[in-house]
Amino acid sequence: MLRLAVVLLLAFMTLPTVVVVAVSFNPTAILSFPPAGLSLRWYVNALTYPQFQRAALNSLVVTLASALLAVPFGTAAALALVRHPLRARGLWTSLLLSPLVIPGVAAGLGLLILAAKLGLLQSRWVLVVAHVALVLPFVVRSVAVSVANLDPALERAAASLGAPPWRVVVRVTLPLLRPALFAALLFAVIVSLNEFVVSLFISTRVTEILPVAMFTYVVNYTDPTMAALSTLFIAATVVAVFVADRFLDLSRVFQIGEEGR
Amino acid sequence: MSFRLLPAVAVLAVFAAALAALFRWSLLEFVPGSLQPGGLTLANFRAVLAPQYVGAIRDTVVLSALTTVLTLVCAYPVAYALARTPSRRVRSLILVLTLAPFFTGAIVRTYAWVLVLGNTVVTWPVPMLFTERGVLVGLVHFSMPTMILILAAALSHIDPVYERAAASLGASPAHVFRRVTLPLSMPGIVSGGLIVFAWTLSAFPTPELLGGGKVKMIANVVKDLGLDSFNWPGAAAFALLALALTLALLTLVGRLSSDRAA
Repeated sequence: MLRLAVVLLLAFMTLPTVVVVAVSFNPTAILSFPPAGLSLRWYVNALTYPQFQRAALNSLVVTLASALLAVPFGTAAALALVRHPLRARGLWTSLLLSPLVIPGVAAGLGLLILAAKLGLLQSRWVLVVAHVALVLPFVVRSVAVSVANLDPALERAAASLGAPPWRVVVRVTLPLLRPALFAALLFAVIVSLNEFVVSLFISTRVTEILPVAMFTYVVNYTDPTMAALSTLFIAATVVAVFVADRFLDLSRVFQIGEEGR
Repeated sequence: MSFRLLPAVAVLAVFAAALAALFRWSLLEFVPGSLQPGGLTLANFRAVLAPQYVGAIRDTVVLSALTTVLTLVCAYPVAYALARTPSRRVRSLILVLTLAPFFTGAIVRTYAWVLVLGNTVVTWPVPMLFTERGVLVGLVHFSMPTMILILAAALSHIDPVYERAAASLGASPAHVFRRVTLPLSMPGIVSGGLIVFAWTLSAFPTPELLGGGKVKMIANVVKDLGLDSFNWPGAAAFALLALALTLALLTLVGRLSSDRAA
């Protein structure tokens, strides 16, 4: 009974994905399922549509910049949170995780007003700053779990042998955190690449990233081009989640199973 | 404060400044046809309760409540399997199937439901797309991963020894579940429910695409006012309403879980 329910519910979770993938290979513009044949024309369409190309380039720049900023920022913050005798640690932790809970429309509209006042609306940097903030909770979370599991004796040993603090971090702490840093980078890329609500508010037709361009496309057209692009997105995400699970046992990050007890 | 926190805090300061700007603009007068606001006023907050918007607020609360209940019911069995399966491979599989939609962006996920609800796969006996029913299905699907993760974490913290003890004393499996497992997982149910409720209150892409302009939630009103009518002060008041509701609920979650820890 339980097994059947779980299978059905997992099917419910996966059903939309299956439909999108199937529709993306549909040869005709009229959506049908199962598809009447196999065709890659919508993939060609998706990859050659100029606005998608421009948005893909924007996505690449914004995601790379924000991931490369968020990972060091978040790692430093996670080290401070776990290792230093901070006053009000709980407060700092919830502050760092707060972008997760602020409604996207509130953050988006606020940033829009702010950027307009500063005359920065045409700049991709507004998007980068927003993405760094939105990605930080994921980086802090995954790095902090690993920092807490580090044996401080290793760092003390290096320090007692005369290594200055920065050297301990570079030669001992960071190498030990490598799997967590890799997972954090993956999370950062996935979250930034898929961010939509805040980006919708602060991008223009010139700076918009892929999810925003996709939103505009869905609102205006119904052909399977979107299904093709979505399939590429889904494929990339599934691969990334699998890789993340390999590098950083995900059940540990979310405290599930025997390790959670 | 450790200097290591500085870069992260600097980024968050921009977020804080944005929220401050939002707050300030919600108190400024909207001048139609201009992006320059007028003087101080409370009119934007009065407009929140105007007849054309009260419906959106009511729909938001009703849809969020229904989403929370349905998500709890649907997520519980999956979370239970995730927490209790002895096989690491099964756990990994469920986890990846759960997390993949979590990380597949909102747009892709919502578009997928546009296809499913729009009679592409099956012909629905009742209209689904652009109705509250359809939006509800999308919202539940959207909340499932979060709820599964929270419930699975709560269930993982329950020592199976209690369940075994109840069973060895003659309780039927249903009885064990009702009298032991369910009460012990209550903390997860409460915090998961409140978090999903809070998130759904500010849901945007799902009602925007699946509602097709016929179903409006608070966030859709913010977008209509802010991006389509350029009424930033009016939009700011609605955005603050969403923010206040969310923060109030999440504070409640924090209060409840720190009470338990004490």
